[in-house]
Amino acid sequence: MTETKNKETTKIDVVVTGFGGQGIVLTGRILGKAAALGDHKESTLVQSYGPESRGGACSAQVVISDNTIHYPYIKFPDILVCMSQSGYEKYIGQLKEGGELLIDQDLVRPGKEAGEIWYSIPATRMAEELGRKMMANIIMLGFFTAITKAVSLDSARNAVVGSVPKGTEEMNLKAFTKGCDYGLATLKGLEKKAAGRTGAIL
Amino acid sequence: MKPAVLTGEYFMTGDVACAEGAMAAGCLFFGGYPITPATEIAEHMSGRLPDVGGTYIQMEDEIAAIASVLGASWAGVKSMTATSGPGFSLMMENLGLGICTETPCVIVNVQRGGPSTGLPTMGAQSDMMQARWGSHGDYEIIVMSPSSCQEIFYQTITAFNLSEAYRIPVVIMTDEIIGHMSEKVIIPRAKEIQTVSRVKPKGKKENFKPFKPGPNGVAPMPAAGEGYNVHVTGLTHDEKGYPAMAVEAQEEMMKRLIGKVRNNLDDIIKTEGYLLEDAEIVIVSYGVSARTSFAAVGEARAMGIKAGLLRLITIWPFPEEQIKELAEKVKGFITVEINLGQIHREVQRCVGYRTPAYLVGHHGGTVITPDQVLSVLKEAF
Repeated sequence: MTETKNKETTKIDVVVTGFGGQGIVLTGRILGKAAALGDHKESTLVQSYGPESRGGACSAQVVISDNTIHYPYIKFPDILVCMSQSGYEKYIGQLKEGGELLIDQDLVRPGKEAGEIWYSIPATRMAEELGRKMMANIIMLGFFTAITKAVSLDSARNAVVGSVPKGTEEMNLKAFTKGCDYGLATLKGLEKKAAGRTGAIL
Repeated sequence: MKPAVLTGEYFMTGDVACAEGAMAAGCLFFGGYPITPATEIAEHMSGRLPDVGGTYIQMEDEIAAIASVLGASWAGVKSMTATSGPGFSLMMENLGLGICTETPCVIVNVQRGGPSTGLPTMGAQSDMMQARWGSHGDYEIIVMSPSSCQEIFYQTITAFNLSEAYRIPVVIMTDEIIGHMSEKVIIPRAKEIQTVSRVKPKGKKENFKPFKPGPNGVAPMPAAGEGYNVHVTGLTHDEKGYPAMAVEAQEEMMKRLIGKVRNNLDDIIKTEGYLLEDAEIVIVSYGVSARTSFAAVGEARAMGIKAGLLRLITIWPFPEEQIKELAEKVKGFITVEINLGQIHREVQRCVGYRTPAYLVGHHGGTVITPDQVLSVLKEAF
């Protein structure tokens, strides 16, 4: 018999939701991989399995931690990524106070329950402009990485390359960068707004 | 040819980690029939085995699948299959044949909700007693249960090692959750992995006795075609392997089959203790439910409740002595498992009337939450 010590401390709980077919599970997998292999943290992924991952409401739950992760399921996410209205409605009530909400703005219309701040990106529209609608998830992942910094940029990029079908790496990286740039611009915009507010005379 | 041991760091599912563990252990045969949620093991083996010089066969059903596994083992290779509840039920008769003919092999059951076809895509831990008693007759068997993707990698290697050392089928009882979840898995260098292979007979080929036990109670095992004549039957047999319908022969054979396990409990049984030294309440759990229990113990401790966890790594043979010892000094037990009281019954049996023993069980289809464990913990003690 071996004795182990309790090591669980800081962790980030991420829920990604959408429809089956949008690449929700792959997004979770890339995220988990980036944290585990790139950032050398612990991570777990549990996901929808069965018919729902092929068209119905689909979700991926990723826990990222510096220490051993015991229970891999998420009750109250720190970060909620929504790529469908039904996913948003199902999980928004569980988002932690002060948690971050990321949405595809063309697919999700947040209500009052979303609070005052959320981060939105037209990921699907941008993917369509790239000529690959199916890369909306990778654009969202780039956006996610820029906004939340839950995983490092390099780790996320490497995980994308290591997870997508051979021959599509470049295209996916392009999509990732687009999302990432959009996220950085969003943050800059928010910064400016905040700075403007402080200086304003009421 | 590609290496059997894919040294490196991965983010992989429990099912894939199980398959990689099998190949790291030297498995060269997989005979199976796909079934959710074990399909990914078969799928991965079908891709990898030909690359390492092995053979993958998809049989017509699970009865044939385990028959092929036993046959492959007698042909001299380490062999395995993976299935879930309905397939596990079909395998029960030939599992007994494997026990009786002392055929090393590994059977993985990625548990889903039952009975019958039940909940194919949803997890459970409700075949735990079937793994112990599912085949007819009196016998001993080795059954293990992993709690993480990393652990299933190593546990599959251990399962092969035990099965080769004791000439016995070894069952890994995992579940849909561990099978389908992804985690970091580190595959070490090949030379860091200890593998065990069955002892082969040496010397004269005439009058060879394939069931005459060596000093440790286990008989050396030849492969078909090596020149040693063998007769392999599920009928009660003598040391030569010939059917012997006699009380004496039955007694001798049964003593050997049972003794191999019962005389080696210290070598076989593995458990993990977590905060047990000063624990007043012991949670007994295994597989994915042990992860829930780890979290529950952490939360209980934060609330000032002196809880500890005994995680069963080996399920059968059951760690009776350890639970009896704990029962002498603690206030009570809680068994956490996704069934309605299978291992709980064993814990109750070992604890007797010394302390109360409670169950946090579930009908299946989802994991038990730490909150459910905590509420029983607070209510009962």
